[in-house]
Amino acid sequence: MRAVVTVIGKDRTGIIYNVSKILSENNANIEDISQTIMQGIFTMIMLVDLSEISCDFTELKDSMDALSKTIGMSIRIQHEDIFNAMHSI
Amino acid sequence: MALYKDIIETVRMIDQENLDIRTITMGISLLDCIDSDGERCRQKIYDKITRSAENLVSQGERIETELGIPIVNKRISVTPIALVAGASADSNYVAFAETLDAAAKEVGVNFIGGFSALVPKGFTRGDLRLINSIPEALATTERVCSSINLGSTKAGINMDAVKMMGEITKQTAYLTRDQDSIGCTKLVIFCNAVEDNPFMAGAFHGVGQPDTVLHVGVSGPGVVKVALEKHQDASFDEMAEIIKKTAFKITRAGQLVGRTVADRLKIPFGILDLSLAPTPAIGDSVARILEEMGLEHCGAHGTTAALAMLNDAVKKGGIMASTSVGGLSGAFIPVSEDEGMIETARLGTISLEKLEAMTCVCSVGLDMIAIPGDTPSSTISAIIADEAAIGMVNNKTTAVRLVPVYGKTISDEAEFGGLFGTAPVMAVNPSDSSIFVNRGGKIPAPIHSFKN
Repeated sequence: MRAVVTVIGKDRTGIIYNVSKILSENNANIEDISQTIMQGIFTMIMLVDLSEISCDFTELKDSMDALSKTIGMSIRIQHEDIFNAMHSI
Repeated sequence: MALYKDIIETVRMIDQENLDIRTITMGISLLDCIDSDGERCRQKIYDKITRSAENLVSQGERIETELGIPIVNKRISVTPIALVAGASADSNYVAFAETLDAAAKEVGVNFIGGFSALVPKGFTRGDLRLINSIPEALATTERVCSSINLGSTKAGINMDAVKMMGEITKQTAYLTRDQDSIGCTKLVIFCNAVEDNPFMAGAFHGVGQPDTVLHVGVSGPGVVKVALEKHQDASFDEMAEIIKKTAFKITRAGQLVGRTVADRLKIPFGILDLSLAPTPAIGDSVARILEEMGLEHCGAHGTTAALAMLNDAVKKGGIMASTSVGGLSGAFIPVSEDEGMIETARLGTISLEKLEAMTCVCSVGLDMIAIPGDTPSSTISAIIADEAAIGMVNNKTTAVRLVPVYGKTISDEAEFGGLFGTAPVMAVNPSDSSIFVNRGGKIPAPIHSFKN
């Protein structure tokens, strides 16, 4: 399965490093990544392949939640189906 | 893959605009639990519910995590208990309600609907026993919801049932008088009830349904309001288009959740009910959508037209998005469960009469309205009759969920807590309707019901 990671919040150093670290540690492969900074708000979207992950999806989400609290940004990981369902006819 | 802006839009809808899946509701047929022995019947009911819904909550939570969209409620609807219990010799069905309550607690759902009877044309023995058990059943259980269908476009209105339900509402209010008559919040009186409604308190599992089925109820008034906020100068047709597009997206999210949960539970997916169902939370109000269209307060002249457009546009967007749209699908206008409606009721800018007019064009009816505790049962029956007549003549579902709050009167407030919210007590017309209500009999089906 593929998932989308979104990170939104005030820009700071090490965001991509920290998120990528969690993904890498759990064997999730980053397929695409894009980021913008608009009016000081950092927005990053990653498309990740979870077919080979070494942990349960819930654990991966918990790790992202923990990081979200540490760095004070909103970090979500969601199955890509939700976006495809809502935005394509 | 969805575009960058689409991904951000979805995240924003969930994070900031209260987009959620309001309920996943498992419908369970209890027809195979019928037994001449009441105790044996209840054991079969308990076993079937706890077996069928064993994984409902855990799978719901799992999918909530994977898709990152909240599923607020996990619920169960069952075959109307009057049909199931009717074969037993029991004369009181409170024990059946207690069984449903125990099963709901065991599987972890917050409500179970189906303590119900369908009586548009008349009563069976089981129907009468069930109706007479409602006040005690709702007072002694926590999670059981009850509904009565007493009219339809095809059958007309059972005025004996109308009279009876005014009295039952009052008794239920009295038996739960310590909690602002909260029992009445779990009792819905329908005309043209649907068999696949996933929303409480009116959900039951109709006899035309499969053995078990998974319905989903999606909401999202906050998302619709924010979409309209961005187009302050839009004309009505432009607003309708915006609402349709928003409803489409919400429906798609709901359909994905419903189908995924059904697949995981290995049961058929039933229907998706796209109803703008408000909550008392800020940013989750249907009244505020109507105000966004340019009304100072919900209830102002123009409210009915605004609601008609909203209800229709929601249905159109939903139907484009899913072939499984069913249930009630439209906009709900409960008073106590809608932050904007609570405020407008406090201000006195909305009346029971205006709400009645709004029910002609919304998806349900007079919902979650607190009225004075000393309102005569005949007046409540007359309100039920009016509402049923609107449903019967207009080929639509209407419902009444009134709370005559024991010991309270106009300018008091009833506090139900949680999703049920707060209700300022509203005035009813003081004129007497008792002679009208006491006539009994049936109101014949309207001429346009003869379509064969």
